Amino acid sequence: MTQRPVHFYQVGSFVVGNRLLDVADRTVQSDPQRSDSLDSGHRACQGCGEALGARYALDAAMRVTNGRLIAVNATGCLEVFSTPYPETSWRIAWLHSLFGNAPAVATGVAAAMKVKGKSDVRVVAQAGDGGTVDIGFGCLSGMFERNDDVLFICYDNEAYMNTGVQRSGATPPAARTATTEALGSEPGNVFGQGKDMPRLAMAHGISYVATATVADLHDLENKVQRAMQVRGARYLHILVPCPLGWGSESCDTIKVARLAKETGLFPVFEAEHGIVTGVSAIRHRTPVESYLSIQRRFGHLFGEHGRPDIVAHIQAMADANIERYGLMGDVEQFAATSGATS
Amino acid sequence: MFQVRFHGRGGQGVVTAAEMLSMAAFDEGRFSQAFPSFGSERTGAPVVSFCRIDDRPIRSREPVIEPDALVIQDATLIHQVDLFAGLSREGYVLINTSKSFDELGLGDFLSTFHRERLLTCPATELALEHLGRPLPNAVLLGGFAALTAQVTLDSIAAAINERFKGATAERNVAAATAAYQLVKREEEELARASTN
Amino acid sequence: MLRQIEGSRGVAETVARCRPEVVCAYPISPQTHIIEAIGAMVKAGTLSPCEFINVESEFAAMSVSIGASAAGARAYTATASQGLLFMMEAVYNAAGLGLPIVMTLANRAIGAPINIWNDHSDAMAARDTGWIQLFAETNQEAADLHVQAFRLAEELSVPVMVCMDGFILTHAVEGIDVPEQDDVDAFLPTYEPRQVLDPAHPISIGAMVGPEAFTEVRYLSHLRQLDALELIPALASQFASAFGRESGGLLHTYETQDATTIIVALGSVLGTIKDVVDRRRDAGERMGVVGITTFRPFPFDEVRRALEGAERVIVVEKDFSIGYGGVLSTDVAMATHDSNLPLHTVVAGLGGRAITQHSLDAMLDDAARDHLEPVTFLDLDLGIVELERARMKAQRHSGPSAENVLSDLGVVASRIG
Repeated sequence: MTQRPVHFYQVGSFVVGNRLLDVADRTVQSDPQRSDSLDSGHRACQGCGEALGARYALDAAMRVTNGRLIAVNATGCLEVFSTPYPETSWRIAWLHSLFGNAPAVATGVAAAMKVKGKSDVRVVAQAGDGGTVDIGFGCLSGMFERNDDVLFICYDNEAYMNTGVQRSGATPPAARTATTEALGSEPGNVFGQGKDMPRLAMAHGISYVATATVADLHDLENKVQRAMQVRGARYLHILVPCPLGWGSESCDTIKVARLAKETGLFPVFEAEHGIVTGVSAIRHRTPVESYLSIQRRFGHLFGEHGRPDIVAHIQAMADANIERYGLMGDVEQFAATSGATS
Repeated sequence: MFQVRFHGRGGQGVVTAAEMLSMAAFDEGRFSQAFPSFGSERTGAPVVSFCRIDDRPIRSREPVIEPDALVIQDATLIHQVDLFAGLSREGYVLINTSKSFDELGLGDFLSTFHRERLLTCPATELALEHLGRPLPNAVLLGGFAALTAQVTLDSIAAAINERFKGATAERNVAAATAAYQLVKREEEELARASTN
Repeated sequence: MLRQIEGSRGVAETVARCRPEVVCAYPISPQTHIIEAIGAMVKAGTLSPCEFINVESEFAAMSVSIGASAAGARAYTATASQGLLFMMEAVYNAAGLGLPIVMTLANRAIGAPINIWNDHSDAMAARDTGWIQLFAETNQEAADLHVQAFRLAEELSVPVMVCMDGFILTHAVEGIDVPEQDDVDAFLPTYEPRQVLDPAHPISIGAMVGPEAFTEVRYLSHLRQLDALELIPALASQFASAFGRESGGLLHTYETQDATTIIVALGSVLGTIKDVVDRRRDAGERMGVVGITTFRPFPFDEVRRALEGAERVIVVEKDFSIGYGGVLSTDVAMATHDSNLPLHTVVAGLGGRAITQHSLDAMLDDAARDHLEPVTFLDLDLGIVELERARMKAQRHSGPSAENVLSDLGVVASRIG
């Protein structure tokens, strides 16, 4: 599937419908023959970004691998809402072990496939941000270092949602969580240096690292497909808004994800062997306020007792990202990635 | 059962010495057991290893508390560690040194044992000569064979060849043989002296 | 073929002949020689096909084993002490998922204080996990138990840990007859999983189970372990026919037929105990030994039968439940509670303290004179203990107890054994 920017607008949205595209360029999701790896009947919240992201990613992976795929899942929202006893909504071979060991378990599955001469069977490991950047970090780093043949996907909703919205290493500054309440002179999560997981993955020199959001379906699917075309350790970091934890409307999930990208707060890019090879440019640069103000986890920054200073600080972070990654698309070294939409 | 205790410092091959002795005994069709008393790998610290030889299966796992023979690979341990604890009156002692027992300050103490069973052997010097390195463990086994006759020199050589390869094995065998002959000569001299 | 080799090597070569497909481990004393030997065999191509993975923690080691086993591969790992604790979540997970992983546990004390020497506290920490636990008395048995372990694990879909005393067995050189490849192949068929991750027949493994069904799932695990009480003796018997020697089983008895005093223990200390018992029998005492080989599932009936006729039971154990008492003793007491058999706990060998025939004799002399306490700590230096207690009573800032005790003891390096 070739990637090229297509200039096409529908009134009121930035999304181009698949029916207007060549069949070959349509998304996996638009295909009635898609795997539905994560099928209906799961217990996710209305508007759950992670359920969307998981279905998008795994269906794309199943297409590329002709269904020869095994998924390993960490403990978390995805695992819990997808397998409420006695049901499962997974149509694919799926294993859940523990919270912190998805990368290692996936390594074991991949080793088993190799030793049994079934290398055509590919392995995807998936976890939330907690299972990736915190409790799973040691195992993930080990997997990267050994270059085990696993695609690791992090569904980042920026907190421990399954257990009631507690702060994780991926929680952005100023965000309210149950363990970083909007109280005191530094309301919400403190400003630290963050834990830039995509860059940490890049630092391991692995063959492919990419970020994506659920707002850009083509982009996300392309990245999964690119990732599955190579072997060794690969990492995909997908931003998945959580209406419950973020305090956004369940109908706004896609919009919130798009705004994360358009403000520059969530850079969307690809990297190979530690070097950024392409970015998904911002279409319409947007002030962070548009993104923050529609999430109640940032509600304390606005209104009567608002904190414009904190908003400004966050804006500075977004500006720094735009500069660093050339997100306005005006830096030659970063060719535009994916995007059959514009 | 014949019980041997080896004393030395980490890095001198004390554990390997006990193992090779056990292999030599095994090669002669006997039962044997070798094990160390230390655990962590640290050069220079005092270490102890044990070897038991018997004609019946060996079941006990306790350390050798009443040795029939002591092999002391490092003479600097002599007044630091209670090396001779439990040594039987009939016991054998082989010390790696070019000094005499008197020079080591052991003259009086060792007078309570059988003189012809207490010998020194300049194993480090022999090792330097044959191996180019101060590793006295295999060398001392040659001396042990001569002193106690619990194993033959051939069995010691076979054990060395199992443990080491090529030139290293050859040189260790040569050094062990030299130690064997030296100890044999010392014994003969002691025998002559005592009859005079 | 009988060779004079290190216990670890015997285990490594035997495990290799069991054709493990995925081997991973994280180094920890005293297991290192086992894993290094297997790694070398894979590198050299003598063990093939096999994926040998150097993982970054014990937690990863058990996790890799879980993934490999769930995907249908024969998986093996090894650890000890702190490493076992670090992987504990995954240890429970493996048993709960019913994955037939085999693990060598090179028994070592658990800190703090950090201690690399042998005792059974690590195995005891895992006794409720749902793993089958087997204890080897000798290095021959340690090697043999691994062959039986794979067969046992795969038939029942229950993971098995083979316990062997760290350093005392792992680092001891003695005569070991490593089973031949053909004989192992005849005894151990290829792994046929009960459940497997297969894209052609996708299933979900590891779903959440609520109050409606958790009890039943747990009970099923229990029943599988109880099945082991029958399967283990059957396998031991088959092993004896195939390999010509007795190894494994639920327990071994030694001179118990007329014994009034029976000593019960696990692992390598049984050898030392048998020497003591022989000597005392020669002097007229009617004494016997019960060596328990299968600790989990606990063979209550066999233990009760083996202790019938005894007037006194002395459990010598290398573990102690702080604030409670003996661990093995409690299980033995459960087995004999109907018979009111006087039972003594002798805690010995903690943190690698040598268990000497001399001390065992003194303890048995006390027993003979009916002077043996219900719980005894062999070779405990009460003087040192009292020094520290007095220090703690005298001042609040008394400092770390372990360091105080060490300095009261003086130079430790000069001690022998």
